[in-house]
Amino acid sequence: MGKSATTSDVHALFHSLRSAYAATANHLKIIDLYIVFAIVTAVIQVAYMAIVGSFPFNSFLSGVLSCVGTAVLAVSLRIQVNKDNKEFKDLPPERAFADFVLCNLVLHLVIMNFLG
Amino acid sequence: MAAQETSQSATFRHAFGNVLSFAVLLLIGVMAFSIRLFSVIKYESVIHEFDPYFNYRVTQFLTKSGVYDFWNWFDDRTWYPLGRVIGGTVYPGLTLTAGTLWWILNSINIPLSVETVCVFTAPVFSAFASWATYLLTKEIKGAGAGLTAAALLAMVPSYISRSVAGSYDNEAVAIFALIFTFYLYIKTLNTGSLFYATLNAIAYFYMVCSWGGYTFIINLIPMHVLLCIVTGRYSPRLYIAYAPLVVLGTLLAALVPVVGFNAVMTSEHFASFLVFIIIHVVALVYYIKGILTPQMFKVAVTLVVSVGMVLCVAVLAVLIALVASSPTKGWSGRSLSLLDPTYASKYIPIIASVSEHQPPTWPSYFMDINVLAFLVPAGIIACFLPLSDASSFAVLYIVTSVYFSGVMVRLMLVLAPAACIMSGIALSEAFDVFTRSIKFHLVGTTQNPQDNAGDATKVTQNDVKSEKSEDTVKERSSRKSKKDKENIEKPSLVSRVEKRLLVLPLETSVMAVFLLVLLGAFYVVHCVWAAAEAYSAPSIVLTSRSHDGLHVFDDFREAYAWLSHNTEVDDKVASWWDYGYQTTAMANRTVIVDNNTWNNTHIATVGTAMSSPEKAAWDIFNSLDVKYVLVVFGGLVGYPSDDINKFLWMVRIGGGVFPHIKEPDYLRDGQYRIDSQATPTMLNSLMYKLSYFRFVETDGRGYDRVRNTEIGKKHFKLTHFEEVFTTHHWMVRIYKLKSPRNRIRGKTKRSKSSLQKSGTSPSSKRSTRKRNPWQ
Repeated sequence: MGKSATTSDVHALFHSLRSAYAATANHLKIIDLYIVFAIVTAVIQVAYMAIVGSFPFNSFLSGVLSCVGTAVLAVSLRIQVNKDNKEFKDLPPERAFADFVLCNLVLHLVIMNFLG
Repeated sequence: MAAQETSQSATFRHAFGNVLSFAVLLLIGVMAFSIRLFSVIKYESVIHEFDPYFNYRVTQFLTKSGVYDFWNWFDDRTWYPLGRVIGGTVYPGLTLTAGTLWWILNSINIPLSVETVCVFTAPVFSAFASWATYLLTKEIKGAGAGLTAAALLAMVPSYISRSVAGSYDNEAVAIFALIFTFYLYIKTLNTGSLFYATLNAIAYFYMVCSWGGYTFIINLIPMHVLLCIVTGRYSPRLYIAYAPLVVLGTLLAALVPVVGFNAVMTSEHFASFLVFIIIHVVALVYYIKGILTPQMFKVAVTLVVSVGMVLCVAVLAVLIALVASSPTKGWSGRSLSLLDPTYASKYIPIIASVSEHQPPTWPSYFMDINVLAFLVPAGIIACFLPLSDASSFAVLYIVTSVYFSGVMVRLMLVLAPAACIMSGIALSEAFDVFTRSIKFHLVGTTQNPQDNAGDATKVTQNDVKSEKSEDTVKERSSRKSKKDKENIEKPSLVSRVEKRLLVLPLETSVMAVFLLVLLGAFYVVHCVWAAAEAYSAPSIVLTSRSHDGLHVFDDFREAYAWLSHNTEVDDKVASWWDYGYQTTAMANRTVIVDNNTWNNTHIATVGTAMSSPEKAAWDIFNSLDVKYVLVVFGGLVGYPSDDINKFLWMVRIGGGVFPHIKEPDYLRDGQYRIDSQATPTMLNSLMYKLSYFRFVETDGRGYDRVRNTEIGKKHFKLTHFEEVFTTHHWMVRIYKLKSPRNRIRGKTKRSKSSLQKSGTSPSSKRSTRKRNPWQ
């Protein structure tokens, strides 16, 4: 009795999650796709390291951290561009995107240096 | 019409306030620079102490050979025969900063020497640090508090002690980098702008380049983020302030060769990663809470808790097992001794022997931060009304820095900015209340009725704006602005405020303002005295006043100059590690150990040699190719930091690695003496002999002015060393190793032949005796 209630609850939960997410704007969904892509790339790199070993460590570190870094920056961009966030309603989205590009530039400059 | 007028006058007052605060900041910068120039005026423009000489030598190399050679430099003139990889073991921030300054000045045709740039780097950067304090405190509380805090930091004695002109050490630029990084973090937290987050990461990179104390930042910021999350202050700005900093900061920290992979592998950084994971979990929870209905959210919570708990426990167990498998749990010795103050004295005597690493005494708090010591609690209270993210950070900063300053006296330096910020806030708030009361009593009553009606609607915005312009003049560092304080205040604000705040009587307020200014005067007097008398000694030149005038003791430089002129370039000089940096920088000779103290066994070797009798010491030094031995002796003039006073540390460190050196052998009844009651081991040790050789010739009875006794063994000859130089006041004595005898005769011949006959038996004979690896 309890089990079927919980499974139906779980189904209802996933259904409501999916419907709520479908209601988000398209440009936010594009950013989310980018984030997922970055995380998947990072996971692939970690799996590769688990297979072949971690030498040279600085290349592994810079590769994984570049993926995680762009994901984090994309999340920050999404926060700033999202119209539901009342704290950022004065921020023009162009400024948010320009900050995102600048931060990515710095990140990748460091990555290039550290890649070895 | 009236509105236009008031807005015009408001902008005029705003502009006037801005110009005034700019002028005040300029004056604060000039004051910060000039108060540190006492040593240049009293002595000369010379580099102080020991560590700055190493930094000076590295900067010289940088300016001569360029960045690439500096980055790849392997120094073979120190830690002979091991050498030292300078590029990989030095924090490059300071040298690169000074080198860049020198290069810029030289390319615009201002030909300052490298030494001048090095000497004056610290005062220049302390001016920058006070401006950074202004910016940081402005973010926390407002411009008035900012100006007060900047004025306090420019003069605080604990910061002066490490940044006088000539003290060319890491802290000179590191404190500026610390405050600036904190300012950018708070700015990002307040505005939520990714641009400032990028700048924050770059400032953190500069801090990592400059000082090992960067671990304080990378642990304090995660602690603050955790505090915000736990107290329910999570906001998207917090995520933007923290998450990019962790990723970019770790990468940038790994770029610095000294830190390298320690940025991801040592426990000092694990807190940042843990909080990184936590903040992502919290962000996800808030996001899902935002898109789901409340009952669906409850279902989600129960699901996640049941499934995720098992996963979490498994991952945590793996992590704990990994970290616990290393003996120090992944922390470095110095960091462990911060957390457990008794760790160093039990396990690492070298760290325990440095005087900077001892806990401070109570009077040193009053000496170093003076009046701020009791303004800090008032500031902490002021931070709580109202509590914002920035002020919670300030409270956390002061609490942690007070704890760490209690562990190690060197970290009083980290306490100084926090204390100045808190005191600045306290003083600013106090002045706020008092001057508002004075204003109310002098102006408020006549203008109340007509302004009340018109300004009721826009009072809230004007509140903020005029408070800001009122605060710009609330600093107390320049007395001449006291006249201007009164005319910026708007009367309507006073009447509104009067309903919210308690207004004190006029006489009390005037008296209180006067007393606060008097307090500030005492602070200034103390700071200038401390800068002039206590912290301006270059310790390479000593002075003393007596009835026949000023005596200057320039013995150190005399000895190093003698070495550089009278020995070969490749000669090795052995001394205790304190003098290594100065010897390589000024005498330009290869040394065996220096202040870097990275190799305990090597230092223990030198310590054992100093504690052994002459022949054993000669053997040790000869195996290291040493030609000259340098000892510092203060007995003739009463210089207390000489090698005989440090001798017990040599014994302890040597005994830690070579067990045939036992500390009780050198003590008579547990007391350390060098007079006739001293033990024979002490009287025969190399340090005793080299310090007191021919000492009896100075006054006929060999009276040691530091130990205040006559020495034990007065007339003796040296068999394996010969004295080559003693400075004017006998403070530095240089000895040369006598070369081994040319002809072997007598006993030596017999033992040599016995060695040839029996190849293996000496080893079995040796193992039964006490193991002395040098015989």
